[in-house]
Amino acid sequence: MPPDVTPKIGLTAEAESEALKQRIQSAVESQKRPTVTVLSSLLAIEDELGFIPEEAIELVASHSGATINEVWGVASFYPNFRFSPPAEHMVEVCWGPSCHLVGATEVIGAVLGELGLESEGDTPDGVATLKLNTCLGACSQAPVMSIDHRLMGRITPAAASSGIAAMKGN
Amino acid sequence: MATHAALKATANERWKELTEGQRPWIRIGTAICGHAAGAFDTLAAIESKLKSSGIDATVDEVGCLGICFAEPLVDVTLPGGPRLFFSNVGVDDVDAIVDGYVKSGNIPTEGVMGYLAEEGQVVSPDAINGVPNLNDIPQIGRQKRVALRNAGTTAPADVYQYLARDGYAGLNRALIEMKPEDVIEEMKSSGLRGRGGAAFPTGVKWSFMSRGENPKYILCNCEEGDPGAFNDKAILESDPYTTIEGITIAGYATGSSNGIIFIRHGHDGPIDRAEAAVKQAYEAGLLGKNILGTDFSFDIEISLTGESYVAGEETALMEAVEGHRSMPRARPPFPAAFGVWGRPSTINNVKTLSYAPSILENGAEWFSDIGVNKSTGTAIICLSGNITYPGLYEVPMGLTIGEVINEIGGGVPDGRKLKLLQTGGPLGGVLSDQSADVHLDFDEMREAGAILGSGGIIVADERTCAVDLTRVLVAFCQYESCGKCFPCRLGTTNLLEIVERICAHEDRPGDVELMKTVGKTMQMGSLCGHGQLGFNPIESAIKHFDSDFRTHMEERRCPTGSCRRPGYAPVNTRSFAQVPIGEPVAPVEPAPVSLAPGLAGK
Repeated sequence: MPPDVTPKIGLTAEAESEALKQRIQSAVESQKRPTVTVLSSLLAIEDELGFIPEEAIELVASHSGATINEVWGVASFYPNFRFSPPAEHMVEVCWGPSCHLVGATEVIGAVLGELGLESEGDTPDGVATLKLNTCLGACSQAPVMSIDHRLMGRITPAAASSGIAAMKGN
Repeated sequence: MATHAALKATANERWKELTEGQRPWIRIGTAICGHAAGAFDTLAAIESKLKSSGIDATVDEVGCLGICFAEPLVDVTLPGGPRLFFSNVGVDDVDAIVDGYVKSGNIPTEGVMGYLAEEGQVVSPDAINGVPNLNDIPQIGRQKRVALRNAGTTAPADVYQYLARDGYAGLNRALIEMKPEDVIEEMKSSGLRGRGGAAFPTGVKWSFMSRGENPKYILCNCEEGDPGAFNDKAILESDPYTTIEGITIAGYATGSSNGIIFIRHGHDGPIDRAEAAVKQAYEAGLLGKNILGTDFSFDIEISLTGESYVAGEETALMEAVEGHRSMPRARPPFPAAFGVWGRPSTINNVKTLSYAPSILENGAEWFSDIGVNKSTGTAIICLSGNITYPGLYEVPMGLTIGEVINEIGGGVPDGRKLKLLQTGGPLGGVLSDQSADVHLDFDEMREAGAILGSGGIIVADERTCAVDLTRVLVAFCQYESCGKCFPCRLGTTNLLEIVERICAHEDRPGDVELMKTVGKTMQMGSLCGHGQLGFNPIESAIKHFDSDFRTHMEERRCPTGSCRRPGYAPVNTRSFAQVPIGEPVAPVEPAPVSLAPGLAGK
């Protein structure tokens, strides 16, 4: 299922958390790069919260002079944005052609097994999010995966499994 | 405002202290290749070991020397000594290096990869205990490093280390001795062609820029979503100043006021180092108002995009800089007249801009003497896949692919045979094992049916089924279609469905013809290269590996047994691609209908 990105206008008011709004506001306002756009504001919120809450949409729209539709358009276009709080850990496995040729599919299989998942997404216990990446950019160390943005190269299925086990232990 | 000479004097003093001073200088590669090999763990171990041993040393994180297979690579310079390289240094190897070499100065016999002499340094074979000179191994010796000349040698964000290695000599010459139009002429006569894929002459592109009033923009494209290519990010995280100086030179030549470095969010190495470098450049008076004491002023900022391959297309890039969805615009108007925020803009790739400082410093002729024919300068090759020595090799244009694969890359490992090469990014196309004599030359590669493009070369051995690899490439094209032009959006989906059918022996009569029709429609009906070239991976695979497709379609078996059933469909993506992690696709009874001979033919 793709994430539900339908704006629920009118419903958000009750659910609004003042603290969350404060964090969104400060993430949007304290961007350090000079050019502020819809995209830069959404990225700043994602960096701060790990996801784009509904409350953020209107705030970004008013801050950057865009319409709510435009903000949803941008947020739903780039697949790095998610709309629910992230799991505790982020696991990414590369499925680019270089990695594919040297065993990425076996690594993906091992990671799915270790996480008890059948596909990309969050584990039910909220410990990890699994994402397949089109290229993690370390092709000379293929196959590559990353746990919480720490890259692991020349990975074997066994090393992938023990990396996940160690992550769970932390 | 400091002049270049004044900055250079300070830089030389600091460099002398590093290379000839009394403290050991330890450099460790922490670019993305080092990172993935565990360099940050090694770095932490080195720092803690130095501390516990009470050794006062300078430790610098550096970029990529190109020999990624040797990462984590630790480079130790003791007072008066050469650079001594230790390869594949894990946490457990750190004690031996510090106790065995840094403390005692005795050159160990094990774990040492080789040495490099500092400029002007003479190293006698006796003093080095028989350790080989790294210039004698082809992975270093056959490189000709221009854009990557400092990568792996200087601390990326230290402007004085860059200046000490003749950094900003090119910009200084341009600002002091040349008019903007002279700079453009110099670029034209260097023969430099764009390294982003289209290979358009850079000087000519710069000359298109409107001469009207500012703001005008130089956009430096480091989106680089190509699987198999990491050279733009590697330059930016190994030596951001060469890019920054190149952007500034482009700004002067085109009379622009602003530069924007465009990188994908999440690639923290290049982002952080570029950001730190920009900050230091401002502090040193190399950006901002009155650069190097002249009346030229120029600003640079970093702009991030979300995940989108198409954002690397020049008009889609401008949309993303403006904060919109990265979808291409129709041309005309062209960016040189109507670019980002409607202002005149010039878009160049990181590699292209990173050559400019050396061209201005050493002259156009120096650059055009490297390379062959209309492909001057160097090619920056990312070598990966089934290859003995994967790495990032900057080599002169005109080397043959065979020299790159076999001499530098060490050939296909484990005695297996080469089967195919995938070049120039996923839209580039594949070459057969008969391509060893093709030269690294934009035009010759194009004639051979592939592109040099971004410089990625992915090597596949005989275990690879061309249908299986094509599926991965088409899945990428489908996933990354931005969706603006429906021939691309629907066409890539349709192509993927058909290739997956062929993989699973479930293809239908006429599927190959259907793919060709769809491919042609995409080519004619898409605004940007993504749709226009989206059929390339299939077309070139059918051209060179007709028999793999025929084995699947006629004999109903996978020629190498490597095609597997999809295990599941990813949900968190735009893609319909199914990751093939299931059971191997079993052979089935051959189809009763035989296909027309020669799928590649009409």
